[in-house]
Amino acid sequence: MNKKPVLWSLASLMVLAAMLLSACGAAATTVAPVATQAPESTAAPATMAPTTVPTVASAPTAVVPNCGTAPVVLNGYFETGFDLPFKLSAEFTKEYPNVTWNISQDQFANLITSAPLLLASDNPPDLLRLPTMVSYAKDGLLMNLDTYATEFGWDKWPMAQINQNRLATDGTRGSGTLYAWGLNYSLTGVFYNKKLAAQIGMTQPPQTLADFESLLAKAKAAGLLPIMQWGSAKSGMGLAFPLQALMASVGPTQPINDWIFQKAGATIDTPSNLVAAQDLQQWIKSGYFPPDINAIEYTDSNARFVKGEGVFTFNGDWENADYDKNMPGNVGFFLMPPAQAGGNPAAMSSPLTYGISAKAKHADCAAFFLNWVATNDTARQIDVTVGGSNPGGPSDATMPNVTAGSITNDTLAAGAVVNQAGTAMDFIANSTSSIFAQGWTPELQKMVGGQEDAAGLLKAVQAEYLRELAQQ
Amino acid sequence: MTTPSKSPVTSSMTSDNRLAAPVLSRRIFLCRKVRRETFVGWLFILPALVMYALFVLTPLVLTVKYSFYKWNGVTPAIWVGLKNYLTIFQVPDLIGTIYNAFLLVVWFSFIPVGLGLIVASVIHRLATGRLGAIARTVLFLPQVIPLVAAGIIWGWLLALPGLINQLLKVIGLGAITRAWLGDFHWALPAVGVIGIWVLLGFCTVLLLTGMGKVDPSLYESARIDGAGWFREFLSITIPLLRNEIGVCLTVTVIAALAAFDIVYVSTAGGPGNATAVPGIQIYVLAFAQRSVGLASALAVMLMILVVVVIIPIQWLSRESAR
Repeated sequence: MNKKPVLWSLASLMVLAAMLLSACGAAATTVAPVATQAPESTAAPATMAPTTVPTVASAPTAVVPNCGTAPVVLNGYFETGFDLPFKLSAEFTKEYPNVTWNISQDQFANLITSAPLLLASDNPPDLLRLPTMVSYAKDGLLMNLDTYATEFGWDKWPMAQINQNRLATDGTRGSGTLYAWGLNYSLTGVFYNKKLAAQIGMTQPPQTLADFESLLAKAKAAGLLPIMQWGSAKSGMGLAFPLQALMASVGPTQPINDWIFQKAGATIDTPSNLVAAQDLQQWIKSGYFPPDINAIEYTDSNARFVKGEGVFTFNGDWENADYDKNMPGNVGFFLMPPAQAGGNPAAMSSPLTYGISAKAKHADCAAFFLNWVATNDTARQIDVTVGGSNPGGPSDATMPNVTAGSITNDTLAAGAVVNQAGTAMDFIANSTSSIFAQGWTPELQKMVGGQEDAAGLLKAVQAEYLRELAQQ
Repeated sequence: MTTPSKSPVTSSMTSDNRLAAPVLSRRIFLCRKVRRETFVGWLFILPALVMYALFVLTPLVLTVKYSFYKWNGVTPAIWVGLKNYLTIFQVPDLIGTIYNAFLLVVWFSFIPVGLGLIVASVIHRLATGRLGAIARTVLFLPQVIPLVAAGIIWGWLLALPGLINQLLKVIGLGAITRAWLGDFHWALPAVGVIGIWVLLGFCTVLLLTGMGKVDPSLYESARIDGAGWFREFLSITIPLLRNEIGVCLTVTVIAALAAFDIVYVSTAGGPGNATAVPGIQIYVLAFAQRSVGLASALAVMLMILVVVVIIPIQWLSRESAR
């Protein structure tokens, strides 16, 4: 007998087997998550029972989920570069020594790619930073938080932003089941360099869009860069910030939120948004942004603004700590003013979303942590000092002290204005998972390069939006 | 191929038994030896084969499989037949990305191979010894530096306030300064320059090794006949290096058509879609949009495109080597 053919067939059999095995393995993982879709609100109380028994005596009211007294290791999956969750988890362990953490971290772009796989795995994180919520919730990867909302009384809290984390059965956001929770509620607007602003005669924040535009023109005439902003595809196009601010300045916020929340028939291509996009195009033509904006990354834009390049910049309060540190006393903040005098200013304001895995081993403890962040005074203080944003929580909760002279005073005050007016919006880059990469970023870059006009921009983004919805 | 198991029997029948016995045993010994060697040979390549099957063949087969499904990576996959292959033509600017990939062939392949030939030949002829070693090391260094770090450094160099623009200003070319990676016309050539920087060293070292194998007497006789550097280059180096040039072209053309890393770390496809290539689209579709089936279909199409382009190169370099 000749052995060669035998060996050959053996080898090829082995290769084939390896392929089949791995193919089977993949098929198996694809089916698994179906089972996780089941955990309705009933799942929570079942796991609660053993831990809560000893503490019942003190209160006649219903027992809320907690971390118990036995050692618990919470699996966390957080975003690299943001201290807040790390500081909060350390403080939590100080107060509840039986709880320790096993934290992994990743850059935001990597969170997007690995979060669904981690959530679907056998050892999912109990608590994780959610780069996006809707698709994970639809896939049954996230814990339904409605029961916790009732037990902790979250549904009685005033923050309108909680609704941003709700998902209705028809797949639209804004109402329905609660699937995520905000560690805090960030606010965006216009930061300005006080010295440069004084140089162009700005004595108080502009009250109308026209006031603001006249300041931009003055800055340009004075040989200053009016607005520092980023625009490289590596960071995602930062002109989406001023564009959305303009949209909310010249038009209503509701249609913008409807579009972000994927309400049926919603479109971004509206007459008032066209006016906003034309305004932005005019700003670009007038040289209000850096000429190299298409190559500027987020971090470079901030570094240049801090060094004194640019009178204004559109950004969010998550940069407060950085601005306070690098340009102390020289930074101011105002909300994008409305086009009509006396109108309400609006802002992009979204929760720093965290979720609990549908298969989390310590869901109660993770939920208890989220409740603690919003209600505990020390946690709220960390939230404001480190995170720079409004900690949310119940209406009677004490607002943490802010260092005098910190820009956080301005952003918190502005946040109250937006809450009062009910003009908070989510970010137009969050409507679908790749609308930023495939829609806003390339189209706004083309507008900078003179290859796209305002009408074309909105049409192209709307087409991309519909294309992505069709593939969901 | 011989069939060792048959031949001993036939020989023993035709020859004298006394003679046949040692021959037979010798043949059996030889046959066993061959078998043993074959077995040992297979044993040696087994680890590589397993790795190849696990990390090359498996993903390849799975990619083809996924391309027939609608799947987001988590929930059950749905069979959709060829629908993904029809849908990819709706991917924005798909033709544009393929066009960009072919433009990159010029920058990632033709220039590094051409330049590599010249540089290798100069080093081979002039810079033997330590100078040659230094030149080789410097040129090969980009292969060792992590590409992500290189991408950041190139980003700084090519930025508006970057070193390259400052140098241009010093020599009086301030008028042409720009943000190279953010300019619609210049972003692709700028990415191309990074590609040259990465791939030139690889080509040079490979070609230099090839030149080392060429019989030195050929060069000597050419020099005695009065051939200059260029004549030598044209009549000896290029014809005798066809195989190496073929390998260089193959590797660099694949690097261009299937480009991802260099583009991702320098521009991520921007500005607009000026540097968007199929590799970036596949990544966005699979990981941002979570359309794994659609991304797989595009990947399969890209693979077919690469094979179609590569086969003639392989064929040409083998044909001429004969």
